[in-house]
Formats: sequence, C-alpha cells, structure tokens
Amino acid sequence: MKRVALLSVLLFCSGLAMAQADIQKKLQTQLIMAEDGSVIEVDEGNFSILASLSMEGKKNITIVGKGMDKTILSFKGQVDGAEGLRISNAENIVIKDLTIQDSKGDCIKTMNVKNITFQNVKTEWTGKPKASNGSYGLYPVKCEGVMIDGCVAIGASDAGIYVGQSKKIVVKNSKAINNVAGIEIENSLDAEVYDNEAYGNTGGILVFDLPDLVLKKGGRVKVYNNNVHDNNYINFAPKGNIVGKVPQGTGMLILATSDVEIFNNKITDNISIGVGVISYFMTESPIKDKEYDPYPSNIFIHDNAFQRKPGRATMKGRFGKMMRFKMKMGKDVPSVFWDGIVQKDSGDKVICLKGNQNGTFVNMDAANNFKNMSRDTTPHECTMKSL
Amino acid sequence: MQKRIFIWLSLLTFIFTAFVQLNEKALPPLEKLSDYGFFEGKIADQKPVKGVVPYTLNTPLFTDYAEKLRFVKLPEGQKAVYNEKEVLDFPVGTTIIKTFYYPLDFRKPEKGRQIIETRLLIHEKAGWRALVYVWNDEQTDALLDVAGSIKEVKYTYLDGKKKKHLYGIPNLNQCKGCHNRNEIMSPIGPSARQLSGQLQQEALTYSPASFAGYDPAENQLNAWSKSGILEGLPGKLPVAVVWNNAATGSVEQRAKMWLDINCAHCHRPEGPASTSGLNLSIHNEDPVTYGISKTPVASGRGSGNLMHDIVPGKPSESILIYRMESTDPGVMMPEVGRKTVHVEGVALVKEWILGLK
Repeated sequence: MKRVALLSVLLFCSGLAMAQADIQKKLQTQLIMAEDGSVIEVDEGNFSILASLSMEGKKNITIVGKGMDKTILSFKGQVDGAEGLRISNAENIVIKDLTIQDSKGDCIKTMNVKNITFQNVKTEWTGKPKASNGSYGLYPVKCEGVMIDGCVAIGASDAGIYVGQSKKIVVKNSKAINNVAGIEIENSLDAEVYDNEAYGNTGGILVFDLPDLVLKKGGRVKVYNNNVHDNNYINFAPKGNIVGKVPQGTGMLILATSDVEIFNNKITDNISIGVGVISYFMTESPIKDKEYDPYPSNIFIHDNAFQRKPGRATMKGRFGKMMRFKMKMGKDVPSVFWDGIVQKDSGDKVICLKGNQNGTFVNMDAANNFKNMSRDTTPHECTMKSL
Repeated sequence: MQKRIFIWLSLLTFIFTAFVQLNEKALPPLEKLSDYGFFEGKIADQKPVKGVVPYTLNTPLFTDYAEKLRFVKLPEGQKAVYNEKEVLDFPVGTTIIKTFYYPLDFRKPEKGRQIIETRLLIHEKAGWRALVYVWNDEQTDALLDVAGSIKEVKYTYLDGKKKKHLYGIPNLNQCKGCHNRNEIMSPIGPSARQLSGQLQQEALTYSPASFAGYDPAENQLNAWSKSGILEGLPGKLPVAVVWNNAATGSVEQRAKMWLDINCAHCHRPEGPASTSGLNLSIHNEDPVTYGISKTPVASGRGSGNLMHDIVPGKPSESILIYRMESTDPGVMMPEVGRKTVHVEGVALVKEWILGLK
C-alpha cells in the first residue's frame, strides 16, 4: 500500500515536472509562431522556466498574464540564456499583468523595439538583495517609445527599472525597491519620470550619460511628483559597474546629462545626498571617448520638498571618505550637491535652484580639492525654461 | 453568357493572385531534414549529393566541443561573390547546412558518432532564414524544432577522459541572437579569411567532396572558383589563421581570430551587443573599443568585481577572461551555445593578454 502511495506521488511529481517543461516549450513556441497582431496569454500559476524566453521580429503583440503575482515565471533554475524574457527587433509590444523572478541575468530585456509597454509587470529577485542577483529588472535598450506604467522592480544588482540608449520614454506609477539603482535613465532622450515611488535602494532615481556608447548624448529628462525616500541600502553592485560608485543614501543623482528638470518631488530621509549633480570626472574613470561631454548642464531643480533626519552621511566608499575627510560635513548634510566642475569658457548654466523646501546646497569645488566649498545658493537662484 | 465570362475571369484572377502570393511568400519549412535531399545513402553518413559542397573554417566557433560538418548548396548555375572583409555574398536560393555531432570517442572517430542537430540557413528573397532540425535517437532523420531544447551529451574526449554535459539546441529566435547584423539575419562563418585554406581532414573522411571539378587538395577559395561557384577571386588570397596552429600566425593574430569568430558576431557596431561598446571584430583597430582598459557598461555581475574588459599583462584581472571562463548563464560569454569552457581557447587569449604592455 505504502509503495503504491509512493509510486503515485512519484508519478504525480514527474507529471508536474513534465507539465512545467511543457509550459516552457509551449510559451516559447507561441512566442516564435505568433502572427502579428496576436495576444499571447499566460495562465495563472507559478511556473519554473529553465531557459530564456525570446521573441523576435514581431509587430502588435500583447503578452498578458492573469495579474502581477498571479502569473509568475520563475527562472530560479535557469540553465540557458541570460535573460528571463528577451524581445528584439519588434514594434508595438505590450507586456502586462505578470511577474518575472530570479533570472540569472536581466529579467526582461527589450532591444530595438519601437513602442514597448510594460504595464503591471513585476520583476524581482527574491531573498536578501545580493551581488549575485541579475543586473536589470525592466531593461528596454535602444528602444523608441517606452511606457512603463504600474510596474514594480525589486532586488536588481544594478537598476530595477533601467532605460538605456532609448528615446521618448515615460516611467510612471511604478515602484522600485531594494535595488542598487531604483530607476535609471541612461544615455536616453526625452524621458518623463513621474508619480513613482523609489525606496530602500542605494540610489533612488539616476539620470546618467556615459562614454563609449552609440547614443552618446542623453537629455531632456523631466523627473517630477516622485516620492523618493529612505534609499539607504548598502551598495551591493558588483565592482566595475558605474552604479557601484553611487553613494549609499542617494535620493537622485544626475551624471553628465544636460537639460534635466527635477520638480515637485518629495525627497525624504536619504542619508547622503538629496539630489546630486556631478560630472563624469567624479567617477575617477578615464575618458577616452573624444565625442563624449562629461559635464552636466541646464539642470533645473525646483519646488521639491527635501527632508532629512539629522545625522551623518554614509562613510562608505570614495564618497563617504570625501564627505568625512575632505568636506568634513559631520551631521550637517545639505540636500543638493554639485561638484562645481565646469567646462572652461562654456556659457552653459549648470544649475538653477528655485522654490525648494529645505533646499540646502553645496558647491563642492571638487576640481580644486574642495578648497572653495560653498553653501551659498545665491549664485544659483535662477529660473530655466521648463522642458 | 456574360455572367459566365465574368465568373471565369474572377476565378482566373483569383488563381493568378493566389499563385503570385504563393511565390512571394516564403514556403513553409520542410518537416524533415531528409525532405531536402541534401544527402545520399544513409542520411547519418552525411554524404552530400552532387552540388552540395562541404567546407571547413580555419577558426570555428566553439560549441561545447561539438564537431561540425558544413556544406553549402548554391542554386544551379549561380555563384557566390567574393568579399574581402565579410561573409561571401551568396545568391538567393543558397542553403548553408551545418551538422553538429559528438564522436563517441574523439580519439577513435571510427567508433561512431551521435548527431545532435542540423541547422540550415536558407537565403530566401526576403532574406536569410534559420531552421533547426533535431536528430532522433535512431539517427535515421531529423525533425524541425522551433522552440529549442536542452540535451545531455556523453563522449570520450581527446585526453581519454569521459565527458558528460548539457547541450543547448537553440530556438529559432536564439539563432538570430548571433546571426544578426543591424537586425538582419546573416551568416557568420564563411568569409574569405575563414575559407582560405585546404578542406580539413575530418570533413574529407566524413563527407567526400562530390562536386564536379572540385579538388580537395586546393585552397577552398580556389577550388570553389574553379568549380564555378565563386567569382571575383583576387590574385592574392587572405592568410589563413588557424587558432590552434602556431605555424599559421602569432599569438595575437590567432587570439584575435578566435575572438572574431566567437564574439564579434554580437560584439561589433552592427551586432546585438553593440550596446556594450565592445567591438571584437578582426577589423577593429581601436584599442579602447577592443576592450583594452575599457570600463564595462551594463555587465552587472558579469564584471566579476573587475574594472576593465582587458587589462594588459593581467588576464586574471580582465573581465573578458572572467566571462569566458564562467558557465553561469548570467555571467558567461557567449551567452548562448555554450555549457562548457573552451579551455584551449581561453588559454590562447590569456597568453595574448599576458604579453600585452
């Protein structure tokens, strides 16, 4: 009797494993065979997927689950391919109502897609955030027309929501939690980031322009109505990555980007930096790309509410050391940091500050070994044209 | 009466349009490999019929130690056009055929082999199209498979050690993960620099050249030209660099040739890994984009806590080597088509980096 019971359990288990492999095969086949204009539905349930799923060269496709946390594709046992789901060379693609978990590399990467929408999608590395988690949760790159709405990204060892080398971007109503970078817009043009909540990350929202890339110059980025708080998680990015240099306790950081407007945000209890504006020189990496512009310019920071419990900034990393030994700030940490590094003879205005609550400021004068550090906001009280 | 003519006319128009559409639309792929008639006799012997030309590459892409048989079939009476830098220009109607197998014992090929898959690249009017046929266990035929799968393979390697590992058969999308230039499907291997050289011995044993006028003792490019399937051959042929033959080139030349075939299909400005800014094409002469002291862009944990792609003199501090030595799907490079480490390839690239100043 016992034996029969055991056998049936075994049969049941192997049946289950079979069903799982079948689902992976079925889903991948659907993704390959889908006619343009079709809807691919994914059932409710927690499915273990062992290889990257991919779609290529399609138009007008919707991939839809039964709801975030109801349709879960888990890549915990992944043995093949780096991403969870990869979509490339496509047009008008919608991914919605599902969760992707624990992929070995990025959870969802979309490349060369015109009009990609992520709606109510969760990407998550379960367990304690760690360096061995994949890099990006939602990762549209080289896309035009990106809509990220109502999504949640947790535990990425680089950025939870990362839009790179793309154009015409909206990120809204989304949450980024316990990533190294919550939301990052990198080498991208015309982005709006609003009504999001970023907390528990190392850095909440980042806007970066990096060298050596094909789309060299990002910019025209509006960041507003976001709630960016308690981004004090220890930086767990593997070394070598640019986000590995983001100080623990950063609300927002603008690196070498031009035309950025930051307004109406609540920026609360990020221990090191409320908003930082820095040139690429602060990364202390050499610049070999001759076409690259390492200076930020035209950064308008207005009508934000900064708040911060008194206390020291992080003591970790290069920035921690800089704060402690060079700037010697103690517990009096300002809200807005600017490295003060400007391009000689450039007429570009770098920063305007206006109408911020608690908008304390420091010009670090980093180029001159912090000699003429200044907390005076007067030179920067000005207005720029709204984007 | 008029009504009848009208009906006939509409019917004719309908047939005509249907015919035109059928001609324009790619035919559905055949279900079995045998349906194509590329081989004669027992299909597992892979003996090509007349007009199906076997070829070998000087420095092939590493695929988990699988051996490969390569053939090309050009449409009757047509020629490929020589290209100095890239893959030869094959006319519409060409099929490139590649069969992946493991000898049961690498030291004794006569003991037999297990054929895993045969991949086709078919040049249709609308462009190249990839298809994968997976062999049955009886080795009597291979069936079209679009979704890919993972198999376990077993064999005895050259060192006499028994090996057992997973082998990934790609899904059709993964084919384009590598065979991709600006999102257009394209072949990777048969460039002049890869073909310039004799047909290698294995290919001769398994698949004797059957093409009329084909002399297997000649440089493949000359043989192709003489048998009328290649035009535009220059007077001087490219030097054949064989990655594991020190007589064919310096360490640097051979390492770069290896990196070209294993990495540059993605890591080039027109390839899917252009986002990384790393360009490992044999034609790239800029040290930074070739990776020397270059910082990574979006490598995540692929960086392995290292700062630069290639650190001159220090292979163990180079991200390139770290990723070539990994088999973790989130770290390793290439990201598909590999479950094991190409120990000999890694050793060559390490030797090159060690000698860099």
